Amino acid sequence: MNKLKKITGKPLFLPIFCMLLVMAVNIVYDVSSGNFAFNFFTISVRNGVLYGRLIDILNRGSEVTILAIGMTLVVSASAGTDISVGSVMSLAASFCCMLLAGYGVSAANDLAVPLIVGVLGAILMGCICGAFNGFLVAYLNVQPMVATLILFSAARAIGLLLCNNLIVYVRNESFQFFGGYLGFLPTPIVIAAVCIAIVGILLKKTALGLYIQSVGINKRASRIAGLNSARIIFLCYLVCGLAAGIAGLVASSRISSADSNNIGLNYELDAILAVALGGNSLGGGKFNLAGSIIGAYTIQAISITLYALGVSTEQAPVYKAIIVILIVTIQAPPFKAWIKRMNAKRALEKGGAAA
Amino acid sequence: MGPMPRMDRKKMGWLLLALLLLLTGCGKREEPVTGGHAPYVEDAATGKGEYIVVGFSQIGSESDWRIGSTESFRSTFTAENGYYLIYDDAQQKQENQLKAVRNFILQKVDYIIVDPIVETGWDAVLKEAKDAGIPVILADRSVKVEDEELYTCWVGSSFEQEGRSAGEWLREYLKKQGREDEEIRIVTLQGTLGSTAQIGRTEGFGKVLEQEKNWVMLDQQSGDFTQAKGQEVMEEFLKNYDRIDVVVCENDNMAFGAIEAIKKADKTCGPDGEIIILSFDAGRAALETLLDKDINAVFECNPKLGPLVSEIIRKLERGESVEKIQYVEEVYFDSTMDLEQIIEERTY
Repeated sequence: MNKLKKITGKPLFLPIFCMLLVMAVNIVYDVSSGNFAFNFFTISVRNGVLYGRLIDILNRGSEVTILAIGMTLVVSASAGTDISVGSVMSLAASFCCMLLAGYGVSAANDLAVPLIVGVLGAILMGCICGAFNGFLVAYLNVQPMVATLILFSAARAIGLLLCNNLIVYVRNESFQFFGGYLGFLPTPIVIAAVCIAIVGILLKKTALGLYIQSVGINKRASRIAGLNSARIIFLCYLVCGLAAGIAGLVASSRISSADSNNIGLNYELDAILAVALGGNSLGGGKFNLAGSIIGAYTIQAISITLYALGVSTEQAPVYKAIIVILIVTIQAPPFKAWIKRMNAKRALEKGGAAA
Repeated sequence: MGPMPRMDRKKMGWLLLALLLLLTGCGKREEPVTGGHAPYVEDAATGKGEYIVVGFSQIGSESDWRIGSTESFRSTFTAENGYYLIYDDAQQKQENQLKAVRNFILQKVDYIIVDPIVETGWDAVLKEAKDAGIPVILADRSVKVEDEELYTCWVGSSFEQEGRSAGEWLREYLKKQGREDEEIRIVTLQGTLGSTAQIGRTEGFGKVLEQEKNWVMLDQQSGDFTQAKGQEVMEEFLKNYDRIDVVVCENDNMAFGAIEAIKKADKTCGPDGEIIILSFDAGRAALETLLDKDINAVFECNPKLGPLVSEIIRKLERGESVEKIQYVEEVYFDSTMDLEQIIEERTY
């Protein structure tokens, strides 16, 4: 009993529990439709690569996961959200494909510049956008929502401009690597894992995580305590832009083209949702990176589950919303307090009966 | 308010600089779009009698198809052909289109061509054109107005016919392979639900489907006309259904996504593969994929409306009457054709 309490008391318990609950729906569905109970969880090797729904969740959830890393830091440090990440993704993808294909070319089979230039270009573009947002928020004290609204609306248009209003196709095997396979693993999974590892180690081994939380809780007090609050906030937005650049690269490599109008569409919302599903407060301060990452994969798990259940893609958002409401409710403090009260009441009754 | 603190003034300077940069950036962007037709206006007003002056309001330049369409009008309505074209790009906004049409009326053009962004809200401006005695020809998309007489005619694609040709092509193809009595399992990647192209293509294919008793439509899901979504939905189809014989993709982009998904699932597609892929639109990229033997057949959605519109204008000039609804001729391509030649000539 005590052990159970210890586990349920962990901050990550609820996010993980919710994700498992979503997946459990599939077991019920598979059993009721007469399939093998763990049909959803089966992972096989086909064509020399891993194949299965769990792999799909990890693979397709990569972009949102990468975005969620940056978003968590931004939310924590500035108590605001970066709503430009989806558009920045698209801009980074457009810039990358424009470099690789050459300006004004709509389809290229050969790269115009070495692959690394395109990759660095995408990352650099992400960083520039991140720095722009960071500058506005950290040094000019513009509200995060307003500051990032600029690139939210402008970045896609800039991307279209870079691509001369075309969908640029880069049909080159080396470029398709980022959305393809590294050995038997889908590359996006590896990229997401590397991003998580780097940021995770950085936060664990240095005091950066603590600084970010401290700035998020009280910016002025942190400055008085000797922290350069503005610089830390700037850094968080920079990292968020960088994450968007990487996510954009993965997304465009997946479809080997830069579809400015559709890449990263509504991803900013998923990224923010991931942070919230991970049990983080959008009011800034304390944060839990692992929670956000679990949140991101939960969102993808919901989508894939809905596909598996045969829900039409047009209606899926409705069911997604219902599930999200449930998850958020379970994690809401008043609900937690209510559960606690109920438990206490039951314990009291038990105790009363014994006496 | 006291004097600004030093620091804030510095910040203000930066902000102003940033704003300035942004504004100049915007200015540059607008230039090629709106600056272009100022000189044309004067020419039209002074009236070059021997030319037929045509005002064309295009939606924008969001896709290869649209660019192909613009190109078709531009290359048809040239001085050599006896036309004077005033082109206006509406940048995806109806208000720009309304403005453009009013300008055309003021400039006393001979004909107005509109590719309307949305169907509604056209009554007033079309009435103005009618009162001015200028015939309006609608291209590609259509309008909903109370009085159909407000416009002369509509020219565009018959999406339903495209869907039906796809079904008929499939019937012939299966017959050739001796599979006409087999059970054929089909899935459809639909376009954005409710769009004209989606409704027409689904209905057209559905008509053939009804006649064929041994065809089974396993599932129909929307892939939103995008490659990424098409791929995601196709991945799921492949997991849900052990055997799929035919994938109908309601545009090229979703077909590319479906092909990726099929290859990932260790299956094959195209004329030499196990899954038959049909696609619509037939852009250059799709024809190249057809050449690579990944797609079986593509059904054209012809953006070349220019010549047909020109023909209509010539008829009207001679005082003849024209049909209210006119479909542009559309073809299909499959791997038996000389694709390299076709791709060479393809501009979009």
